[in-house]
Amino acid sequence: MKNKRLRNDIILSVALLVLAIAAWGVIRFTHKTGEFAVVEIDGKETARYPLGDDMSVEIVTGDGHVNTLVIAGGRASVVSADCPDKLCVKQPAISRTGETIICLPHRLVIRIEGESGVDTAS
Amino acid sequence: MKTNVRKLTILGISTAAAMVLSYVETFIPVSVAVPGVKLGLANLVTLFLLIKLDWKSAAAVSAVRVALTALLFGSAASFAYSAAGAALSILVMGLLKITGVFSPVGASVAGAVSHNAGQILMAIVLMGTREIAYWLPALVLSGVVTGLAVGAVGALLVSKIDLKA
Ligand SMILES: [Zn+2]
Repeated sequence: MKNKRLRNDIILSVALLVLAIAAWGVIRFTHKTGEFAVVEIDGKETARYPLGDDMSVEIVTGDGHVNTLVIAGGRASVVSADCPDKLCVKQPAISRTGETIICLPHRLVIRIEGESGVDTAS
Repeated sequence: MKTNVRKLTILGISTAAAMVLSYVETFIPVSVAVPGVKLGLANLVTLFLLIKLDWKSAAAVSAVRVALTALLFGSAASFAYSAAGAALSILVMGLLKITGVFSPVGASVAGAVSHNAGQILMAIVLMGTREIAYWLPALVLSGVVTGLAVGAVGALLVSKIDLKA
């Protein structure tokens, strides 16, 4: 009985790991270099910026809070924010479709959209 | 009556232990890239109570822990995520306990992954975007690792601590 449960534990853990790696592979394979950084506040799109143009913009969310979005070298990142957890600042720069930077306290999502002509899938 | 006082004491100590674990995990920067996600170390207490007492005790301690943690060192958003994570993980671990298919370690792995899935589901509801599911692989991965660690410690505690003594 004990061995059977131990075997089930191992099957469960391995199955979950395989699932995670497979899902990660599918995401890597299907997500290409994007064209736009789309800004969504409260689930509604408020702006989109081409990844080709280097720039910096202060995004003002609901209650006058600010996240500073920077696009440089085709990658978007949040360099500063006045949210309490600063998780959005710590998240890595994004450049591929479907990648997101999320600021939960400000209900802000920055999302990469649109396939660019050049396929740089790795 | 005496057993009720005993049980209340056990639940009180459990709640305190769960809160310490919740507080400790705010210092562990394992999830910087994954928004709002916590390790779920407090699942250790949930697992222990689920096996030693009953699911009602585990659910009560979880509810108090989530509410107090949010009040003391969290935000409204983190409360919603913790609550969703805790609820789903208790549901899954409770069902697994009834079926008896897994050992405490297996139940803990399933609970940790459910905990992360619950947080993601709540994020999808609140943020109105499906793209958060992008983080699911990382969440399943961290769930398995955390679940194994919590399950191993939990199994040890279950065998060493006798509540009837
Ligand atoms: Zn933020």
